[in-house]
Amino acid sequence: MAEENRKIAFICSKGNLDMAYPALIMGWAALGNGIDVTIFFTFWGLDMITKSRVDHLEIAPVANTSMKMSMMGVPGNLGIPNLMGVLPGMTALSTKLMNDKMKALGVPCVREYIEMLNDAGANMYACKMTVDMMGLKDDDFLPGIKGIVTAGDFMDMTDGAQIIFI
Amino acid sequence: MSTRMIAGKTVQVNEEGFMTNPAEWTKEIAEELAKEEGIDCLTDAHWKVIEFSRESAKDSGKAPTLRTITTGAGVSTKELFMLFPKGPAKKVARIAGLGKPEGCV
Repeated sequence: MAEENRKIAFICSKGNLDMAYPALIMGWAALGNGIDVTIFFTFWGLDMITKSRVDHLEIAPVANTSMKMSMMGVPGNLGIPNLMGVLPGMTALSTKLMNDKMKALGVPCVREYIEMLNDAGANMYACKMTVDMMGLKDDDFLPGIKGIVTAGDFMDMTDGAQIIFI
Repeated sequence: MSTRMIAGKTVQVNEEGFMTNPAEWTKEIAEELAKEEGIDCLTDAHWKVIEFSRESAKDSGKAPTLRTITTGAGVSTKELFMLFPKGPAKKVARIAGLGKPEGCV
């Protein structure tokens, strides 16, 4: 009898730009290594697969203690003061900074990643409860999302999988 | 580092079975390695990917990532996963006589 294939499942619950990438990158690596991948998008993670939101994910400098000026070439451990972070345009600025850095590394945008994962055979689903809560429908999601499922369905689908919550 | 015989030629391989000297690679070796990876017959489409990977490694010194292949060789993601099912990242590199790809995308 053939050995059962390794399986990994990701639960994406965040809609911040920096929290969108981990599952996309690891999921892509898993598929490249022949591992079955399932991704369940819940709560703010739905932004990653919502047509109107996916190209507008952001990262805010406020209360982000790891985001230092060194990202912008200022040496040392200088942070971005929270007081400055609240100024209009600061979130847009840090978002642009991160998008530019990713682009320079040849990392695709979230929309393209979802398409790549779908083409590579990932099974991607939206969480029913959150979809209902946010008043979304099938049409609101990117192609490649296989459906809207309950938490119980997700548990059934991921029998034997390693589950990673993000 | 050890050696093994593939398609009548003795080549150097690492502990994971990847060839360590791309210069020792031949098309016959690729066909043999493909069979070990469950691909019975290498088609023109397979060769397009393999040849692109070898060219790319010649320039960069390392095996290309999947995205480098899809954007550079003119093969779609879907096609790449169909040609080298169940783990194209390692399969392409191994068949092309290169090391494991470095890079995440």
